[in-house]
Amino acid sequence: MSEVSMVVNGRKVSGAVEDRTLLVHYLREHLGLTGTHVGCDTSQCGACVVHMDGKAVKSCSILAAQASGSEIVTIEGLANGADLHPVQAAFKEHHGLQCGFCTPGMIMAATDMIRRHPEGLDEATVRAELEGNICRCTGYHNIVKAVLAASKTMAKAGKGKARKAA
Amino acid sequence: MYQTTYHRAASVSDAVKHLKKSDDAKLVSGGMTLIPAMKTRLAAPADLVDLRHIPEMRGIAVSGKTVTIGAATTHAEVATDARIAKACPALSHLASHIGDPHVRHMGTIGGSIANNDPAADYPAAMLALDAIIVTNKRETPAGKFFKGLFETALKEDEIITAVTFTVPAKSGYEKFPNPASRYAMTGVFVAKGKDGVRAAVTGAGEDGVFRSGEIEAALSKKFEPAALEGVSVPSDDLMTDIHASAEYRANLVVVMAKRAVVRANA
Repeated sequence: MSEVSMVVNGRKVSGAVEDRTLLVHYLREHLGLTGTHVGCDTSQCGACVVHMDGKAVKSCSILAAQASGSEIVTIEGLANGADLHPVQAAFKEHHGLQCGFCTPGMIMAATDMIRRHPEGLDEATVRAELEGNICRCTGYHNIVKAVLAASKTMAKAGKGKARKAA
Repeated sequence: MYQTTYHRAASVSDAVKHLKKSDDAKLVSGGMTLIPAMKTRLAAPADLVDLRHIPEMRGIAVSGKTVTIGAATTHAEVATDARIAKACPALSHLASHIGDPHVRHMGTIGGSIANNDPAADYPAAMLALDAIIVTNKRETPAGKFFKGLFETALKEDEIITAVTFTVPAKSGYEKFPNPASRYAMTGVFVAKGKDGVRAAVTGAGEDGVFRSGEIEAALSKKFEPAALEGVSVPSDDLMTDIHASAEYRANLVVVMAKRAVVRANA
């Protein structure tokens, strides 16, 4: 057993887990955060994507012990109370989901993608960057639309903030 | 996954201590190969020694014509580093095409090289760049480091700490990714340095990464894609699997080499 402690969605958590416990199982079964999904369990599908220290990672391929000491954000940590995160709002607006199983991973991947491309995104980049996330319903078209729309919304909001700061 | 005991190493010497204490320990860095292998019980180490938090193994340094990359540096860090992009854009390109963005945030150059998967990208770069693999014990040229499928010159208790290479005049990498796994079905890294042209092939050889004498001879005459017209590579020691025959891969070696040269000359 290992003592692990980390900050999950802004809340300090700790506990004893078997060393072989995967981060996704720690989140789902120990913390009850079942928004993070296990899809393929073979590191291909990206349904389990969370942010670790600000970067998108596959929580099904990381041990909770490896993640100890880090800061984790899951799909539950994105919205600000009742206000959806711009990426969540865009997925809703553009119907970027059908069954919704891949959606948490898609949204966590998209927020990371937008962070890494402050210069903006184009369709080809979004499609290439979604390499690690599989959707078996929609054919990606509306997912790509949603990510592009969210990227634009967030760029505008970012500029607004920068002006205020100046 | 079978039971395992996790140890977080604070330094290279601390990692060695953990290795020596266990009969059956494995090093984990990003874990993007090892953890999935443990989940399917293909690997079942009694102890895991985590190298990801060792400061001395992280980071990139470019000093004059020498590039040094710490073994625990992630693919994403290599792919986005401005100094690497300037010194060796082929390596940035290669790193930005390993796996997917989430895998690149965890996977490390040292892990890729130590694992020596026959379809991994980094071994081809190391061999073509004539890189030196630095461990806690010695420095080994890439040509003597990669020994075969998943086999390297690494001894017990030996840990890759960094890789270092001289900036080539020109270099390029192109791979033909498997449409499902995105591993290279064949990838070729070409580098033109002061000692001539080196071309290393991954994803194709039965014994893992290798240098292609045919490609090197042709490109030594003229470092242009046209120099590879009519060149053929023997298929004798190439892989045949459900994805491609040895003959198909032999053809891919020449095609990927041409594309790599186009990229190198761009």
